[in-house]
Amino acid sequence: MIEGAKWKKWVWFYLPLGAFVFSLLFPFYWMAVTTVRPDGELYRPWNHPLYSPFWTAHPTFDHIKNLVQETLFNQWMWNTMLIAAAATLISLVCGVFAGYALARLKFRYAGLLGTAIFITYLVPQTLLFIPLADIIREYRLGDTPWALILTYPTFLIPFCTWLMMGYFKTIPKELEECARIDGAARWQAMIYIIFPIAVPGILSAGIFAFTLSWNEFIYALVFLSSPEQKTVPVGVVSELIRGDVFFWGPLMAGALIGSIPVAIVYSFFVEYYVTGMTGSVKG
Amino acid sequence: MAKVLIRDLNKMYDEVHAVKNVNLAIGDREFVVLVGPSGCGKTTTLRMVAGLEDITSGQISIDGSVVNDLAPMDRDIAMVFQNYALYPHMSVHDNMAFGLKMRKFEKPEIERRVRQAADILGIQALLARKPRQLSGGQRQRVALGRAIVRNPRVFLFDEPLSNLDAALRVQMRVELKRLHERLETTAIYVTHDQVEAMTLGDRVVVMKDGVVQQVGAPLELYQRPANRFVAGFIGSPAMNFVSASVAAADGGLWFESPGLRLKVPPAKTDALRRYSGQRVVLGLRPETLRPANGADPAEYTFDSKVEVVEPLGSEILLNVRVGETPIVARVDPATRVKVHEAVRLAFDPAGVHCFDAASEAAI
Repeated sequence: MIEGAKWKKWVWFYLPLGAFVFSLLFPFYWMAVTTVRPDGELYRPWNHPLYSPFWTAHPTFDHIKNLVQETLFNQWMWNTMLIAAAATLISLVCGVFAGYALARLKFRYAGLLGTAIFITYLVPQTLLFIPLADIIREYRLGDTPWALILTYPTFLIPFCTWLMMGYFKTIPKELEECARIDGAARWQAMIYIIFPIAVPGILSAGIFAFTLSWNEFIYALVFLSSPEQKTVPVGVVSELIRGDVFFWGPLMAGALIGSIPVAIVYSFFVEYYVTGMTGSVKG
Repeated sequence: MAKVLIRDLNKMYDEVHAVKNVNLAIGDREFVVLVGPSGCGKTTTLRMVAGLEDITSGQISIDGSVVNDLAPMDRDIAMVFQNYALYPHMSVHDNMAFGLKMRKFEKPEIERRVRQAADILGIQALLARKPRQLSGGQRQRVALGRAIVRNPRVFLFDEPLSNLDAALRVQMRVELKRLHERLETTAIYVTHDQVEAMTLGDRVVVMKDGVVQQVGAPLELYQRPANRFVAGFIGSPAMNFVSASVAAADGGLWFESPGLRLKVPPAKTDALRRYSGQRVVLGLRPETLRPANGADPAEYTFDSKVEVVEPLGSEILLNVRVGETPIVARVDPATRVKVHEAVRLAFDPAGVHCFDAASEAAI
């Protein structure tokens, strides 16, 4: 904490913090304002006497109504939710077990395997979608939710594995040894002792995986083509930008509503999330 | 109620030979302490008994049956860890009940045993709490409670007191001793603290570099150390060592070192005769030294110069120098000596130890 005169606290702490918070929240504000701004105001030129970019005098829900009624937005929300949840679940299960094995079991090439998993995470999606597209076509999964449910884990599992591996390593191994002496088999020690302690880590990995799947764009754009199969990020962009016409109102409404579930998930688990990032509770 | 037999036990890590040919027979209800500096293999030995480390070669048997390949859960042992290893997400009650639940005990029996253990350890009031709400001493008690509810054949302790502050450690040491007397269970206890080893153990095993140096009752180790390492490790302050040559003169044998000429005590004369003209290591315990008075025979006294005086109330530690050799003497608190003064020290010839300069074995 900064010590000394009050002005110092303001200059070195509150002002930078304020600027930071402002720059983070401004895009959300812009989304929200655009969502409720009538078209007349929205397309008003900058030199018009009533031009007011940061405020609206006549808030309207037309854009939201338009979004929900004129597009398949509800369907997109449902698709996104389903795909993100399924991909997260698969990745979390694999990541937790793989992370546990890499952190705790002594086997040959464990270190090498860990590094190899990490390297797969570093392959950019913009390259990986090319071979993946071939596989998707081969298995006739294109334009189905499975195309994404099965491809998202390619980047989510390495991520979850590494996060969980780090977390399991912070849990003293004596806890498990003690459980095994107490009469638990390794799998029982894992389920009754280690996993409950690792809940913050598991939740953080889950939140991250969910957010990454929710926001994912490239795979969704490439692997899905019909409007009723699309996810929110792709659907909003492809259906509300027609040629060079941007339907700013519904576009921003879609972006705003689409970001709400993620925000809810974060705020709900924020406490766990912080402990997950900073290590486990000590015995 | 169990005998533990360790035969030719070895542990190899990739490059390190951590435990070398350890042989140990632990009797029923015996309290055996493994003691040694860190890295001496004592914890590894204990973990092999627990089944937490694989055995490279050798055999461990409990009550006559070989347990080498048994999982930890099937060995009927309980272990108390240095960091207590309490399950942080469970209450004290559940921590203690976990082992019994895993072993499918009936619920009333679990309750009865947890209550009983809590009564013995005085933690009845803490049963509903979580480990993080407990002090260090309370956590220690819960860890003990978790071990005793199971009523195992053998207790294993891995430095259980080293995370406690000094006052609490002394108190828990006494409680452990009392607990062992009450439960009459075989116990193996690992520590690096020789005071703990001496006060708790029926027998003490001193280890160094993976090798057992000596096994014996505490006083036996103190009075008849097998080698220089044991002599220096057991006893506080540590034994003084003086490198001296043995010379025959005036019809007797003498230790000679710069600033020091002492007669070899009669009890040692025969053993030291063959060292005549060679170097040996002379060992003098600080508590056998005292300021000389006129009555002390000259051949068992020597002159020294005081460098540091440490008054501890019940005693004074004098750090003196004889020739080049620093020596510590534990003397009566009434002794009046000042820094830089010369003082003549006398010792009890019966308390002299001698060690071979090369092998370091006791002579």
